[in-house]
Amino acid sequence: MPQHEERIAAKDLSKRLRCHALRMTSLGGASHIGSIFSVADVIAVLYADILRVDPARPSWPERDRLILSKGHAGACVYAALAERGFFSTAKLETFYQDGSELSGHVSHKGIPGVELSTGSLGHGLSVGGGMALSGRLDGRNYRTFVVMSDGECDEGSNWEAILFAGHHRLDNLVAIVDYNKIQSLAPVSETLELEPFVEKWSSFGWGVREVDGHDHEKLALALRSLPFVPMRPSVLIAHTIKGKGVSFMENSVLWHYRCAKGEEFDRALTELEGGA
Amino acid sequence: MRDHFVKRLCELAESDRRITLITGDLGFGVLNEFRQRFPRQFINAGIAEQNMTGLATGMALEGRIVFTYSIGNFSTLRCLEQIRNDACYHEANVKIVSVGGGFSYGALGISHHATEDLAIMRSLPGLTVVSPCGLWEAVQAAEAVTRTPGVCYVRIDKSAGPDGPIYAGERFELGKARRLCQGTDCTIAVTGGILEEAVAAADILRSKGISAGVISCHTIKPFDADPVLQACRETGAVFTVEEHTRCGGLGSLVAEVLMDHGVHPHVFHRFALEAGFSSRVGSQRYLRNVYGLDGRTLADRISEALRKRHPSIVVADHPAPRSEMNPRFR
Repeated sequence: MPQHEERIAAKDLSKRLRCHALRMTSLGGASHIGSIFSVADVIAVLYADILRVDPARPSWPERDRLILSKGHAGACVYAALAERGFFSTAKLETFYQDGSELSGHVSHKGIPGVELSTGSLGHGLSVGGGMALSGRLDGRNYRTFVVMSDGECDEGSNWEAILFAGHHRLDNLVAIVDYNKIQSLAPVSETLELEPFVEKWSSFGWGVREVDGHDHEKLALALRSLPFVPMRPSVLIAHTIKGKGVSFMENSVLWHYRCAKGEEFDRALTELEGGA
Repeated sequence: MRDHFVKRLCELAESDRRITLITGDLGFGVLNEFRQRFPRQFINAGIAEQNMTGLATGMALEGRIVFTYSIGNFSTLRCLEQIRNDACYHEANVKIVSVGGGFSYGALGISHHATEDLAIMRSLPGLTVVSPCGLWEAVQAAEAVTRTPGVCYVRIDKSAGPDGPIYAGERFELGKARRLCQGTDCTIAVTGGILEEAVAAADILRSKGISAGVISCHTIKPFDADPVLQACRETGAVFTVEEHTRCGGLGSLVAEVLMDHGVHPHVFHRFALEAGFSSRVGSQRYLRNVYGLDGRTLADRISEALRKRHPSIVVADHPAPRSEMNPRFR
């Protein structure tokens, strides 16, 4: 891993990601802050402690690949890349604005560090599978991480990819599911129940672990013990809270789409800045 | 056409180990040689075309040249969004192969009639669309798409028109239409294996004293406008032939090109399928007959259209004019 940059600790990074994302979505009038906050700790731990990436060489062949398959949380990854020095944090202010390259759903064009543009759910794991398979065939050591949402697991294409990766024992592929239990209209359990979720993945041949998706130490510990089962792809089911970090957004369907403005924005920022 | 294409792909895979073939569990008997000779370049993704296409994109982004392979609409429509968002937007080196253009699998039913693919695929940004008209073009296309960066779609037809190099040493180029023969009365632009019907029509027309040129439009995108424009200026009568819906295919494309350039034919007709499903099934030849796309019907309708516009064109049983058709295409 490159050593020449000063690294931010995951705890600090997660707070910055949430503050950036709140400003970005508020300025742009964008949705999905609840989904961004639920995954912010996962993204922070990945970029602070886990991913072998080098901002000076975004296309470094041995870098770990990260695909944000839940592309609607793009603001979080943009913020993480900016904080890691892939581009200026000033660019974040253009998010969702006229003429910007920083689209609401994550895009790679002109953005160093983004591996794959997503937005339509159910695409990332297949592409990640291809990267992982290619890496294995070529004897390369990089790992491929795919961050998914729970609602995204409704997409049949994911189960094609899960079946494929299990069959081919892609042990250099890691899925992380942001299991915040709420999708865009209603709770997951009322939409399409995913439980028994662990059993589903394991029966498809994956090594599965569950973790508190807001506990940085436990997240890092799990992601340092890959693969979870030898010769198997790994999935980390991160139990999270939608809207985590702002009391009035937590566990609320409303904040999938609602954008914090005015007094709501101020209250949210105060909570985030005051929070641990 | 299929076997020739795959055979050429084997030769290419031998010398370029980046070439990887992913099948959606189809190609029984056809892909055996490839699979046996290049096990590290072959994957059966199972009956899962969305994953196949995403997988191909991921592998292509890591430096491979990845062919996806299936039949009918499975490698195109079934995974259209993966083609658009993953392969095309990322300009990945993915080559989509569909075996069975048009009514190649006519007896299998509408699920296997690939009759809207050209219209849909040509609308996608950054996608090269190739629809070889004969065996020579199919073989040439295998190499050409391998060497063309980005996403390509190759529509392989069960039938194959009579083709070969027009002259010794002819070089095949994607995006360069081929004037197979010149005509003084009209021009037939054609794509896909149905070239054989267009050539048959041109032969029949010749016997009636009508000189019809034939252009092979093997690349739908990027489209080579010049030969069509030139032919239109020369003869004023342009016909298109395709085993594809009339909506958005070659005929639409030629009409767009002519209008865009302000070149207006006196006579213009698109021979294609009416939009809709063919619940009637049968062999490719049978269905062409049913839908008026066989050589005889094409010739009749072309001569009728010409006679309406130019009553001086005499359709008679006099000896054929001196042929300008390359003998290879007779």
